[in-house]
Amino acid sequence: MAPEVIERERLEATVLAPILRPSRLYDLGLILLGLITLWGVYAWSVQLRQGLVITGMRDQVPWGLYIGNLVFFIGISYGGTLVSAVLRVTKAEWRRPITRIAEAISVAALVVGGVQIVFDLGRPERFLNLFLYGRLQSPLIWDVVAISMYFVACVIYFALPLLPDVALLRDRLAGTVPAWQRWFYTFLAAQWTGTPEQRERLARAMNILAVLIIPLAVSVHTVLAWVFSMTLRPGWNSTAFGPYFVAGAVFSGIAAVVLAMGFFRRLFHLEEYLTAKHFRYVGYLLLTLNLVYIYFTFGEYLTMMYKLAGEEKELLQALFTGREAPLFWSFIFGGLIMPALLVALPWTRTILGIEVASVLVLAGMWLKRFLIVVPSLQVPLMPLEFGRYVPTWVEWSIMLGSVSAFLLLYGIIGRLFPLISIWEMVGEQETAPAEAAVQARRLMFPQPAFEGPRAVASGEE
Amino acid sequence: MTTQRKAHQKGPGEREDVVPEEKGPSRRRFIQWLAAAGAVIAPLPWVSFAEKERPAGGSPSTPSPQDGAQTTPRRQWVMVIDLRKCDGCVSIDTPPQCTEACIREHFVPEGQQWLQIYEQQTPGGGSFFQPTPCYQCENAPCVNVCPVGATYHNEDGIVLIDHLRCIGCRFCMAACPYQRRFFNWGDPNLPPEAAFASYSPEYPVPAKRGTVIKCMFCVHRLRLGRLPACSEGCPMRAIYMGDLNEDVATNGLEVVQLSTFLAENNAYRYKEELGTQPRVYYIPGHGQEFGRKAQDQRDLLPVTWDYGLLGSLGH
Repeated sequence: MAPEVIERERLEATVLAPILRPSRLYDLGLILLGLITLWGVYAWSVQLRQGLVITGMRDQVPWGLYIGNLVFFIGISYGGTLVSAVLRVTKAEWRRPITRIAEAISVAALVVGGVQIVFDLGRPERFLNLFLYGRLQSPLIWDVVAISMYFVACVIYFALPLLPDVALLRDRLAGTVPAWQRWFYTFLAAQWTGTPEQRERLARAMNILAVLIIPLAVSVHTVLAWVFSMTLRPGWNSTAFGPYFVAGAVFSGIAAVVLAMGFFRRLFHLEEYLTAKHFRYVGYLLLTLNLVYIYFTFGEYLTMMYKLAGEEKELLQALFTGREAPLFWSFIFGGLIMPALLVALPWTRTILGIEVASVLVLAGMWLKRFLIVVPSLQVPLMPLEFGRYVPTWVEWSIMLGSVSAFLLLYGIIGRLFPLISIWEMVGEQETAPAEAAVQARRLMFPQPAFEGPRAVASGEE
Repeated sequence: MTTQRKAHQKGPGEREDVVPEEKGPSRRRFIQWLAAAGAVIAPLPWVSFAEKERPAGGSPSTPSPQDGAQTTPRRQWVMVIDLRKCDGCVSIDTPPQCTEACIREHFVPEGQQWLQIYEQQTPGGGSFFQPTPCYQCENAPCVNVCPVGATYHNEDGIVLIDHLRCIGCRFCMAACPYQRRFFNWGDPNLPPEAAFASYSPEYPVPAKRGTVIKCMFCVHRLRLGRLPACSEGCPMRAIYMGDLNEDVATNGLEVVQLSTFLAENNAYRYKEELGTQPRVYYIPGHGQEFGRKAQDQRDLLPVTWDYGLLGSLGH
């Protein structure tokens, strides 16, 4: 079981290539995304001028796409940080080439997700009231607190392991990039020189952060679920909503990681480092969460279906056979069963198969968020007709703008920073547990740079 | 635990047990400090808000000690709607007069019916009309979830909205199990005279775009000793206004002892099982006092938003 040898030179050349010699096509893509984002901004300006009357929401269905998108984007943000943190804490060595790709998703998705709240406000200019007059008893304030804390944590969690690589860029790119970019790297590198003391501190900080960020992440989606389950609406009034949302968030987050891996693997020629093995392992994670989500979904609907209590019966009728049935069954078959089969069956468990599964998961989970938010509000609580909600062009445009803003942010991160953590790939001793045995072995057998955990990792194969 | 983690991080070496003793206490002290700070900070907002929100007096049997010092005695306003008298105005062939009086009184924006009448079917096949104002719940889901404290209980137990603070998140609308809250989605289309009203949470006129609005029991009238607009507007005098503290209620024609009136007539509260403790009581019926049969087929006439130039001044 000889560990695969990673040549630092080649790794650096490959990973830094998109930063050293950015392709024109990539920049064009960013500009295109920027234009679509601007379209979303225009749509929002129309909404600001005319008010929410321009949306499809009305008194009976007071929440719509924006709240669905909020849950969706915050869910995506899980992929990154939680997955990377869990893999870090469990010392899964195969994580090394995917952590940066994953962590960048959190940062981009949280920015876009948080803004969704503002789109939804009737009085966006009073946004600061949330901080000036915030009542801790309101689940919405739990959200504000949890999301902003999680955002800060994610930025730190993204920026810290970036230090050695940014320092590398600072030293390596002198003269080849514009002055502002060099200043930018110098600033972010925070005088990193790679002394043993610095490396030890970084490793310790990452260990602590990785542990701390897990409960933080879990709390974010739990309180997001509680926004719904603290009300007396059919379908929302559920104690399982917290874990249900957390599972759904991790599920969709992993799918986002797969797609980011697949995209940048091809675009930046990272095939050597993001191998079929990595896709397979992430695929297993995806499958696990897929099954967990099927379990939760089954449990949620079965408990309602068995009792058929008044309003819940109406909700189920709408979902199973009524107006929302096409969306609901597309989610069940397209978003849950199909991806599970694609990853579970050995002959479709290829890179492409896992990517297709991830596309389905993302689409399905977006549908699911829509189906959580809207039909529960459509069910009348008074002797009224079933509520109507059809999103307008403004809502669709803001959603399109949000998606492209997310991609744009992610694209900019990929344009400025190496998407594979070079130092973690090469200098594994910097993060590996400094057990005495390993240290002793290194002293006695200096030749193979480092064998312990890697041998374990490749032994899994 | 601490020493274990220390050993783990310090790496190899035998002399490490000296190190944690230097660092250990400081970290432990830090955690202690953190816990202490948390214990102090955690209850703060709860205390301050709990005081603001709880309707003074709590329950009728426990008047608060400051009551004597108050210049005006505190009320616990409740509404009693006698459904035996409510025929939905079908017998007089008009749209519901309570709703229209409410619309004129508050320049209620078009499309909103702060006091709406629903036709409820009974399991036996009949139907009755149920006027539904805001229920001013004691355990109000809307007040509980408001992130900025824009909706709150006033000292008489009425749920009001501060439209200058409301951020328009509509969480209260999602939370209200009676769907008695409305949102001003665009600029409300109001007659010019509405602009002369001076806004206050007790008389939210003119309605403001991007905020939530609802029935507020006509607090501005109660303050002057007058009945709410709906009660005055009801030709059948089916709507009584009362005070739990003084145990009295009136519809403008008769004065009743509230407790007896409720008990003797099998009063109930809508969706009692939700635990919201509404401040609106219904006396079951289907308009029989004005000759309406339970199986009467006549429907409600549609409400019009005709503010009538001097509508609100006429009262």
